[in-house]
Amino acid sequence: MRTIALRDALREALHEEMDRDDSVFVIGEDVIAHGGPYTVTQGIVDKWPDRIFETPIAEAGIVGLGVGAALAGMRPVVEIMYVDFITCAMDEVVNQAAKMRYMTGGQASVPIVIRLPCGPARLVAAQHSQIMESWFMHVPGLQVVAPSTPYDAKGLMKTAIRSPDPVAFFEYKALYVSEGEVPEDDYVIPFGKADIKRDGEDVTVVAIGGMVPRALEAGIALEDEGYDIEVVDPRTLAPLDMETICESVRRTGRAVVCEMDSSFAGTGAEIAAALAEQCFHDLRAPIVRVGSPHVPMPFAEELVNVTVPDSAAVCGAVRKVMA
Amino acid sequence: MTLNADLSRRIYTDMWRIRLFEEEALRQTSLGTVKGTLHTYCGEEAIAVAICAHLRDDDYVLGTHRSHGHCLAKGAPMDRMMAELFGRATGSCRAKGGSMHIADFSRNILGANGIVAGGIGPGTGTALASRIRKSDQVSVVFFGDGAAARGPFHEGLLFGSLWKLPVIYVCENNGYQQWVPRKNVAVVDSVADMAASYAIPGVSVDGQDLEAVYEAAGEAVDRARRGEGPTLIEARTYRFYGHSLGDMEEYRSREEVDDWRENRDPIKLFSAWMKERQWLGDDEDEAIRAGAAAEVAKSVAYAEESPLPDPEDVLTDVLDTEWRVSA
Repeated sequence: MRTIALRDALREALHEEMDRDDSVFVIGEDVIAHGGPYTVTQGIVDKWPDRIFETPIAEAGIVGLGVGAALAGMRPVVEIMYVDFITCAMDEVVNQAAKMRYMTGGQASVPIVIRLPCGPARLVAAQHSQIMESWFMHVPGLQVVAPSTPYDAKGLMKTAIRSPDPVAFFEYKALYVSEGEVPEDDYVIPFGKADIKRDGEDVTVVAIGGMVPRALEAGIALEDEGYDIEVVDPRTLAPLDMETICESVRRTGRAVVCEMDSSFAGTGAEIAAALAEQCFHDLRAPIVRVGSPHVPMPFAEELVNVTVPDSAAVCGAVRKVMA
Repeated sequence: MTLNADLSRRIYTDMWRIRLFEEEALRQTSLGTVKGTLHTYCGEEAIAVAICAHLRDDDYVLGTHRSHGHCLAKGAPMDRMMAELFGRATGSCRAKGGSMHIADFSRNILGANGIVAGGIGPGTGTALASRIRKSDQVSVVFFGDGAAARGPFHEGLLFGSLWKLPVIYVCENNGYQQWVPRKNVAVVDSVADMAASYAIPGVSVDGQDLEAVYEAAGEAVDRARRGEGPTLIEARTYRFYGHSLGDMEEYRSREEVDDWRENRDPIKLFSAWMKERQWLGDDEDEAIRAGAAAEVAKSVAYAEESPLPDPEDVLTDVLDTEWRVSA
């Protein structure tokens, strides 16, 4: 099978879905010029010039228009240049998109995909490096997706576009150029299905988004120490496939939960709490969380390196639950 | 479409339907049958009915926290609206929305909105959908003068003008932003003047004068349908009751309210306007009022007879759980 980068897989998903369904359109800042900073929307203007809208720098307007178009039966794919900027449109995401189906007693459908490039990359500091998945998980009515491989990115993007409800689609900027095998044909990945990225017997390592490659690196490093870890990638955080995660933990008896974002009140906290509720008697050691300390993202590399967890942090957590 | 006797009577009927619906809803809150809060449209009726008289069933309407009038004028069934206020399973939103989220998607009424300026972006987005689909549907967004202070107002108008979208922005300027007079917190007297910043027409009309609103709306709707872009209409108006329930109204005098009720009531004014033209007799006037009262009474009976929501329904309608993705 051919190998392509994650950003190419996303672009391919967009092109395929735009080809398949006339109601899909793209809206965002710089999405025509260069196909956006990450080139994900490249080529669309050539094929569908009436279905791509390059906007002023007005995130509340961009998402607000997307919500309205979705209410009218369109399927907007919105690009927010950095997830940090979505804070300028939180009313549109939380009060409008997410609550609309419920508030109207099921009359409204808001099939909007909000693409949220996230995470540290290129030392752009606190206002261009956040992750924020747990903010969105906490809002009823939103679906939260965080792919870690090109294969998952394409299949999940296609599912997101076909979904009748809003999707916050997290794209780890550091993974855009990471490569992997991606089929050329049409395939979708259902929401709420975790993927076991590495089989193992000793410890279940739940890794989210950008932490998946780091957990896999840790898996290789730990082989020398005789630890065989299983890496579970939830792929979608809402809905969250606790069944697969619990099934793995029941086998291994040990759990490490890894996220790149701040651990405090984060995604890992939800997973760890659910594990404690559902698998307490299967656990042979306390659950360990891996994540950033509760600080904004710093600028200097020396500071970033001690903020963002790396594979060594995952190794440390595994040793702790094995001790 | 010019105002003729038939159309005027229909519009006049809708004004009474709104007025009496609101007064009955208020009465029901005092009985404890309608819970939560209410923002009544009394005093502002001419605006919704004059604008909606120009709309087709498939045109979109987005509202505010004060939207019962918009819904009734666009054709939402009154009985289901009353049932929603009563919190019954038969309500417009099956008792999940209440007054501030009332909606009827079958008539493209995409909902009241509890966030000030919350409808402006989405209403510009429904207009974008019309553009992409090459349909001639127009969108109308109602909002208050308070919304003109918020970012989404400015961003929405920018997008609407930039892409010449078929949307009509209707500002119902009732002079107060909840409890604060507009003049204390605004630097431009007329919201219509703000249209200049976005290179679209801005029209300020007397919102109590039905004919004036009707004419301004006609031009704006035609312009939008022709693909020439948005218009901002400011309708100067007044609310006869407080902002919402429990408003002590310390910010305005009794005399001011009485003066508006006596001399600037859009229903009285339109009734006199029709009578001048021999389009409405006293008996007919009374019959229209009585007809509206009977419809309101029926809506109350419908609400009272309707079942309460099933507590198990609390978990439905968050997402479309029937949906399954397929390749």
